[in-house]
Amino acid sequence: MSLIAITEVKKRFGDNEVLKGISIDVASGEVVAIIGKSGSGKSTLLRCINGLETIDEGSIVVAGAQFLSDEAHLKALRLKVGMIFQQFNLFPHLTAGGNVMLSQMVVKKTPKTDAEAVARKMLDRVGLAHKFDALPDELSGGQQQRVAIARALAMQPIALLCDEITSALDPELVAEVLAVVKELAAEGMTLVMVTHEMRFARDVCSRVVFMHQGRVHEIGAPEEVFANPRTPELRQFLGVQ
Amino acid sequence: MRYHFDFGWLIEYLPVLLKGIRITVQLILIGAVLGVALGTACAWARALGPKWLKPVVATYVELIRNTPFLIQLFFVFFGLPSLGIKMSELTAANLAMVVNLGAYSCEIIRAGIQATPRGQFEAGASLAMSPFQTFWYVVLVPALQRIWPALSSQVVIVMLGSAVVSQIAAEDLTFAANFIQSRTFRAFETYIVSTLIYLALAILLRQLLAGLGWMLFPRKASR
Repeated sequence: MSLIAITEVKKRFGDNEVLKGISIDVASGEVVAIIGKSGSGKSTLLRCINGLETIDEGSIVVAGAQFLSDEAHLKALRLKVGMIFQQFNLFPHLTAGGNVMLSQMVVKKTPKTDAEAVARKMLDRVGLAHKFDALPDELSGGQQQRVAIARALAMQPIALLCDEITSALDPELVAEVLAVVKELAAEGMTLVMVTHEMRFARDVCSRVVFMHQGRVHEIGAPEEVFANPRTPELRQFLGVQ
Repeated sequence: MRYHFDFGWLIEYLPVLLKGIRITVQLILIGAVLGVALGTACAWARALGPKWLKPVVATYVELIRNTPFLIQLFFVFFGLPSLGIKMSELTAANLAMVVNLGAYSCEIIRAGIQATPRGQFEAGASLAMSPFQTFWYVVLVPALQRIWPALSSQVVIVMLGSAVVSQIAAEDLTFAANFIQSRTFRAFETYIVSTLIYLALAILLRQLLAGLGWMLFPRKASR
């Protein structure tokens, strides 16, 4: 059974249909890259899986839990899938440690000492144990993004959604974030990532989804998709003839 | 023109002045704490609250911000007893100040909330926090930090505006000054002294608020 089952999902913003019937199944432990031009709907799809956008038609089921837009269902869904954003979105008034502790204490009612232990462990996992007391302002973009990953991991999700998590970073900081993601993939975390890092998608992902104009245009193993793009749109996107 | 300054009355009337200071300080402390609390609640309601609540709060805010404080005070003290709601001068003064600061601080704090990047709400939501938890734990502190100077000024304005509560015989600093002046006929001396006391109180209050901000909001470790 697939961990994330997306079936015939449609999403409209006013008259503009952004997703025109998307179906993707993600198995547990899979690493799926979603690629495509801007405006192809890839970020919207990711945001729908996390319930940040409602869907107009179709269904999204995560580990047997149906996506419904009431608060209780949303909470259950979001406890299962964590999300990491392009702009990091760390809480500026809390330290790195505080960022990782907050939702554990507020949502899961974890006692402070336990939450702190988890936070230290998670920050250590992303190589930032020594930055526990640093404010987001005092961290580089790459470090902020790694704190954001630790923050999502602290909720013990069964899957992580990554929305262009390296797009706002200086080139020299991209590698440190991707290294963390690669490690997570190796540990068996289920990942769905919208990315422009084609080399990373090729090396780490088990499947690549090419989206075009609100549809899944091509889907397959990275070696197929990158080596033998079947459609002219994908060939053009990849810049190959 | 020769005028002999005489501050000799000061010693005799010192207890009256001190009582006035105490009442004014008490008014502003209660007014500030409850007023900002009310303002925060209203700011939440206006910016993020349920749809039915927004017009209710908007009506309250616009009503208070577009009428004189003195009239609001008279309404509370002289108007409400007609409905059977009676209270002492001090309680009426307190209530009027809380209601007044509540409306002004609502708009200031709302500005801080609405300047929050959307990503902060989304980050809170994606961590399974409810909308209210996200507001309370994620949005509020940075929002207050953004508008803290404006909010501090408003609190000082309300403190200075509290002088009008002497009009309903609440025995604040202005009431004391008027009382002393009527006894001694030393108008210049009485009002210069009370002016200086208000000045000192305002400076003190600003320092207090700055210190509170320093405690409330994170600072980079100084190196």
